[in-house]
Amino acid sequence: MLPEMFQTLPQVLIDGLTLGAVYAVVALGYTMVYGILQLINFAHGEIFMTGAFIGTALFIMFMGWGSAIPQILLLIIVLVITASITGFIGVGMERVAYRPLRNAPRLIPLITAIGISFVLQDVIRFIAELTSGNYIVTGPSLFSENINLKTSSIWSVFNDASFKTSFLIVLTVAILLMITLDFFVNRTKWGTAMRAVALDRETAALMSINVNKVISITFFIGSALGGATGVLFALQYGTIDPYIGFILGLKAFIAAVLGGIGNIRGAMLGGIMLGVMEMFAAANLSLLTGGIFGAEYKDVFAFAILILVLIFKPEGLLGKPTAEKV
Amino acid sequence: MKAKFSSFLQHKWSQVILFSVFIAVTSSALYFSQKSVVSFLLLLGSLLVLHYMNLKKVTKWIVAAGLLFFLIPFASSGGPAYQSYMEVATMVGIYISMALGLNIVVGMAGLLDLGFVAFFAVGAYSYSIFATPQASNFMPFGQYPLGGESFWGFLIIGGICAAIAGVLIGVPVLRVKGDYLAIVTLGFGEIIRIVFNNLDRPINFTGGAMGISSVTPPKLFGIELVFPNQFYFVTLVILLFTIFAVLRLEHSKLGRSWKAVRENEIAAQAMGIPLVKTKLLAFALGATFSGMMGVVFAAKQAFIDPTSFTLMESFTILVMVVLGGMGSVPGVILGAAVVTILNLQVLTELTNWVNQLSLNGIVTIPDALSPAKMQKFIFGAILVLFALYRPKGLIPSKNKIFDASKLKVSKKTEGIENKDSVVVENEKVQV
Repeated sequence: MLPEMFQTLPQVLIDGLTLGAVYAVVALGYTMVYGILQLINFAHGEIFMTGAFIGTALFIMFMGWGSAIPQILLLIIVLVITASITGFIGVGMERVAYRPLRNAPRLIPLITAIGISFVLQDVIRFIAELTSGNYIVTGPSLFSENINLKTSSIWSVFNDASFKTSFLIVLTVAILLMITLDFFVNRTKWGTAMRAVALDRETAALMSINVNKVISITFFIGSALGGATGVLFALQYGTIDPYIGFILGLKAFIAAVLGGIGNIRGAMLGGIMLGVMEMFAAANLSLLTGGIFGAEYKDVFAFAILILVLIFKPEGLLGKPTAEKV
Repeated sequence: MKAKFSSFLQHKWSQVILFSVFIAVTSSALYFSQKSVVSFLLLLGSLLVLHYMNLKKVTKWIVAAGLLFFLIPFASSGGPAYQSYMEVATMVGIYISMALGLNIVVGMAGLLDLGFVAFFAVGAYSYSIFATPQASNFMPFGQYPLGGESFWGFLIIGGICAAIAGVLIGVPVLRVKGDYLAIVTLGFGEIIRIVFNNLDRPINFTGGAMGISSVTPPKLFGIELVFPNQFYFVTLVILLFTIFAVLRLEHSKLGRSWKAVRENEIAAQAMGIPLVKTKLLAFALGATFSGMMGVVFAAKQAFIDPTSFTLMESFTILVMVVLGGMGSVPGVILGAAVVTILNLQVLTELTNWVNQLSLNGIVTIPDALSPAKMQKFIFGAILVLFALYRPKGLIPSKNKIFDASKLKVSKKTEGIENKDSVVVENEKVQV
């Protein structure tokens, strides 16, 4: 059993890192909003999905103009445009659905979040179906050269692993986004304001911080990151539909909880860990259980992680335990 | 003039006369012109009118029972669309019962459960596994499928199975609060669906993605129930039992402790309410009603597979509760009826109409925008708009109003006679 697991390990690691990087950046959006508002923004997964669709549409449009632009430049342009659009969608969403309910019981904004995510799903489905006749969209293939990694020459137990160039792109962009965000939150004035609001909203307001503006900026950054990740996802996996956001968003949320919700570095760690663990489970679950549980149970596995974390270490891997104030 | 008119409307007998005229018109319209969906909906709507009338509660219940048991089945029996009307009415009953179950968990106890359809699935599978040869795959004794008479027993067994599932889900998530609870229950709902979807190996329990087909129809006094009009009465009886139970629960000690937990957990605990027990009972009781209706659903469809129990179903039930008014029993009944009829009748009728329009070339509406596909958009809009502008729903829940002076008088007279019993009750509360 063990040699077979080792054989697939390099491929599992590569696939897991790709998925994990996507989870990590989406999880950042959850964790930032939760840190500042103590609200699970259910619609964040849908922002991710919207980003994937906008990105694919832009790719198709730019490719139609002729491929004179180098691919890297194209990618950067698409990323920037998509991120700003989804960022504004996020800000608008906060203004319409969350701000009026800031003092309502906590159940209510959760329900609006679900509502918003349904509306976004259906609007995107409608637009996609209207323009291309089908709501499942396949984007153009970019960065699709296959690269073989001769891992068997490192250790003979391993099989060779292969990946597309887009894997490198996804990983690089994701890491760049995370480093920038970390810098922004910890080193800049707006980042400091953000942390102050997360710590204590009223005191921050007394210190002449514009709380509403800070919250808007948080939503903008979170949603822009989500949209950019959507583009990366579309690049890596090719085919997208309006319903990818919900389950992926949930898993990203699980990643955020795993790392400690409200903690930005925790979300990155949790995302990568969840991605690798999920790929590992998908590859080896039937092997480990003698064929009783197949790869279909990988979603169950992710939810099981969530429940275990919430029961045994609710503050997450990097979070600090909090006592409830009465 | 306006004041006169409204005082005329407030008068009891004028209301009764207008109501009877309304019923007579709609039911005869339904009986004689079979295709008219509008009159069917108006006839159902008469129950809502009844709710707002100035009558005694007992009278209202008797009239409602008369409408539901005799007039509605009779009026819709006039032609070929009879079974489809009864089918819709049965589904409305099933969903009302489920929404009432979720109302206990979300509306009264304030625990947002996003995986509620799991209990429905447990109930449905518990009957269909034993009412088909499926059970002989793993049961070493007994003859399967069980006969149709076992349906009545399975109503209770399905409820109990769902309640057990509710407790099993409740125990690990009790330490989790608010938003986390929503996510965890959502996860559990998905887990149960995935498990049912894949439980055809190593031992074939559920038939996997193929589902279970040809479930034995229930039998009553030797008659096999197969038609929707027969299931209509089964559903109606269970539904009335559910409504009765929920109304009794709402004003019981347990119901009041649910509301206390909803308002403030810590304060409720400080007042001596056992949190764990109260929450678990909410999960279990809510699940029970859902499980019972799951059994009816399985018997009615005679075929179930995991696609009937997706996340969307859970959200649909949540929409019913939010639309009607969280915690309000009449509201939730209205919400469930509106959403189910919207899904099954209005949207399909609208789609047909739109298709007719495009066929005739009057306006062309793209296929992507056909009303049957707009379900998610409508639900999302309902959730957002109601949460923003009417968070208490269509019929807001009301707490019972007690007349303070009356209570004092009755306490004084009773206190002297039943002094001992009062003391005993106090001790019970402390335990």
